[in-house]
Amino acid sequence: MQNDVLLQMTGICKQFPGVRALDGVSLTVRRGTVHALMGENGAGKSTLMKCLFGIYEKDEGTITLEGKEINFKTSKEALENGVAMVHQELNQALKRTVMENLWLGRYPLKFANYIDEKKMYKDSIALFEKLGVKVDPHRTMSTMPVSQRQMVEIAKAVSYDSKIIVFDEPTSSLTEVEVEHLFRIINMLRDQGCGIIYISHKMEEILRISDDVTIMRDGQWIATEPASELTMDKIIKLMVGRELTNRFPPKTNTPGEVALEVEGLSAQYSHVRDVSFQLRKGEVLGIAGLDGAGRTEVLENIFGIATRSAGTLKLDGKVVQNRNASESIKNGFALLTEERRATGIFGIRSIRENTVISSLKKYLKGGLWLSNKKMIEDTDWVIKSMRVKTPTQETKIRTLSGGNQQKVILGRWLLTEPEVLLLDEPTRGIDVGAKYEIYQLIIDLANRGKGVIMVSGEMPELLGVCDRILVMSGGRLAGEVDAKTTTQEEIMTLAAKYV
Amino acid sequence: MGKFNFKQRYAEFSALSAKEKHTFWKEFFINNSLYIFLVIAAIGIGIYNPKFFGIPSIVNMLSLTAANLPIAMGIAGTIVLTGTDLSAGRVVGLTACMSAAFLQAADYASKMFPNIPQLHPAVMILGTLLIVMAVGALVGLVNGFSVAKFGLHPFIVTLATQLIVYGILLLFTNMNGNNGAPISGLAGYYKEVVNGSILHVGKENVPIPNYVWYALVLAIVMWFIWNKTRFGKNMFACGSNPEAANVSGVNVAKNTMMVFILAGIMYSFTGFIEAARIGSNSPATGTNYELDAIAACVIGGVSFVGGIGSISGIIVGVLLLRIIFVGLTFLSVSANLQYIIKGLIILIACAIDMRKYLVRK
Repeated sequence: MQNDVLLQMTGICKQFPGVRALDGVSLTVRRGTVHALMGENGAGKSTLMKCLFGIYEKDEGTITLEGKEINFKTSKEALENGVAMVHQELNQALKRTVMENLWLGRYPLKFANYIDEKKMYKDSIALFEKLGVKVDPHRTMSTMPVSQRQMVEIAKAVSYDSKIIVFDEPTSSLTEVEVEHLFRIINMLRDQGCGIIYISHKMEEILRISDDVTIMRDGQWIATEPASELTMDKIIKLMVGRELTNRFPPKTNTPGEVALEVEGLSAQYSHVRDVSFQLRKGEVLGIAGLDGAGRTEVLENIFGIATRSAGTLKLDGKVVQNRNASESIKNGFALLTEERRATGIFGIRSIRENTVISSLKKYLKGGLWLSNKKMIEDTDWVIKSMRVKTPTQETKIRTLSGGNQQKVILGRWLLTEPEVLLLDEPTRGIDVGAKYEIYQLIIDLANRGKGVIMVSGEMPELLGVCDRILVMSGGRLAGEVDAKTTTQEEIMTLAAKYV
Repeated sequence: MGKFNFKQRYAEFSALSAKEKHTFWKEFFINNSLYIFLVIAAIGIGIYNPKFFGIPSIVNMLSLTAANLPIAMGIAGTIVLTGTDLSAGRVVGLTACMSAAFLQAADYASKMFPNIPQLHPAVMILGTLLIVMAVGALVGLVNGFSVAKFGLHPFIVTLATQLIVYGILLLFTNMNGNNGAPISGLAGYYKEVVNGSILHVGKENVPIPNYVWYALVLAIVMWFIWNKTRFGKNMFACGSNPEAANVSGVNVAKNTMMVFILAGIMYSFTGFIEAARIGSNSPATGTNYELDAIAACVIGGVSFVGGIGSISGIIVGVLLLRIIFVGLTFLSVSANLQYIIKGLIILIACAIDMRKYLVRK
């Protein structure tokens, strides 16, 4: 049973204008196993899966499912033939209910053409019970947190009774508890004889859950090995094609005197209550916690884009109000938001306009006109010092990779000359190499005496980059740990304190 | 700034493979198909009726473009913010009728406001202009405030305000026993300032009306506002991603209001010019002007996607639309058929524009 080949992809090639996205890639998935697919962003993992799923048409190569050659033209065809995919980006009808999303495109009918709401509800309940998901099928999608929407998406993929299920970065918006839940679901599917293809950047997860690992680089197959014979260092080496001795740059910064004091911070419209802490100059302070613990909300309240109900902020001993973003910027704060595409970039505008937007005042000459020359100079500086890979300053930012976009936005904030940087998930959706560069930039900032607060859901990252870590739970501060001496277990215990 | 570095561009082009060159030309023709079509059409019309390329005809097209430019430049800002402004035409009507009523000749028999003191012409003109600008700005403020503070879609807001403005316009033209009659008998100096000419061209000595120069000045001012001021950069940012603009310290509500106020002021310029250009103004003045203006913006590349557009594009858009209208008249196409052709051209222009922003899969 274990060696029974379920899916065989051989010599897949795919050409895009100017890029060879896939170059003779092969992948073999055995029945009842989890096959991890790894590689840096742009290595071709998602493209390969889209070729399987019928979203892209492959140029060359063959795909066989249970020995039969297949060539899906649409995702509907793929689903009907037992291939389902949980996409990295959620494409859901947000204004509709959970069950309408769940059965979209295959609503149960009665009397030939009427939708059978009762059956739909019963089926949803049965499915959720089987998977242990606690979601009301009548709830509107948009009222649920991203992690629960993700679980609905996973349930949907399972509901097709598929033989092959592809998970494309399913855990990027899940909390640790939900990840455990997902793994139980995956193990259940594996025991039922499904073949699981699991795409992720998180190596701890991969080594835990998968049986085989295939590594891709630059559109090419690099290696396929049993997970039991791989180590994290070996995977990284295969992925980047060079030795990455450390995942984190050396910590060279030394915290100095107190820069920011937050006292009794409570939010008006979220559950953040009575948060107090201090941030030193040259310090990287982490905020850990489960999804929904209020980490993002703390940053938004400090920056003034969410309304505070109580609490004072002091920067260098002076009370600051931070009533809105422009006042906070004036006071020396900067906020790198969690969702880059929704609240970070101006996709359709050039890199230059994306970098200077927060500091336009600096470029005024004669109080009215903006100086193009100075803006070009500063954007050049951002591109050089952040090592942004781009052909020109006029390039639209949305054509860059996630890591490069993030560097541009970091550059935007550096141009405002902030004293305190609030970074919300600064490395989300960024590949290993670019992550290292972002870590280095953060430590460089601390070295220059800036105070950095960093929210992250990835604990190794917090442990590797931060000096101290605050742990939040249920909107409150559950504790503070020293990053050098703490363990992941200690942080997890604190994170569950007020749940 | 690299943009006009033809040598480098040619080198890059030469480096392309045959297939890539094919794609390059295909893209080039599709993206510029409107202009290519227009050049061919213009040559065709010129052969059919050589007068099309005569100086009087060209000056005519230029003047029509100038008259319609300010309203288009105003409405373009609201489109950059992914909105629209349906009240533009009615604001033009109101400000045109107001300008006409305030600037009737002193000896005209049926003046609407016989008691207006007759001051120096310059004072009269500037005073009237300031009043109508204030009226346009006020309508813009109401539009902008409702959009920014109540979170309503500009379509709904301006659908309502255009009715309100039309009502005010009807009330205004019924004042002082005028009973909605056309307002005419404009003061000579007003007609001279707008319609007069300081430059005649060609053998026929065709006068270029002064309002062409005013439109040019407005275009230059607007170019500076869009490209060289914080307000302009913020406007593009708000149009491209309002959430990100808010986080970046841009006051999105204030910026939205300013865009609508500036638009209102632009409409009042069109109204002021239109009054003297037409000579006889009724509540129907300005009707549906916003539709032509929106069409011109879209043809000129101001996209409803938001955050995209340029003043030069708008000028080209307005000009193209006028060339089409005038050209159809030269071909003696019936007015009924002209609507169909106009509609088709707008549809095709939008489709070509949208093609640039679609994410290819």
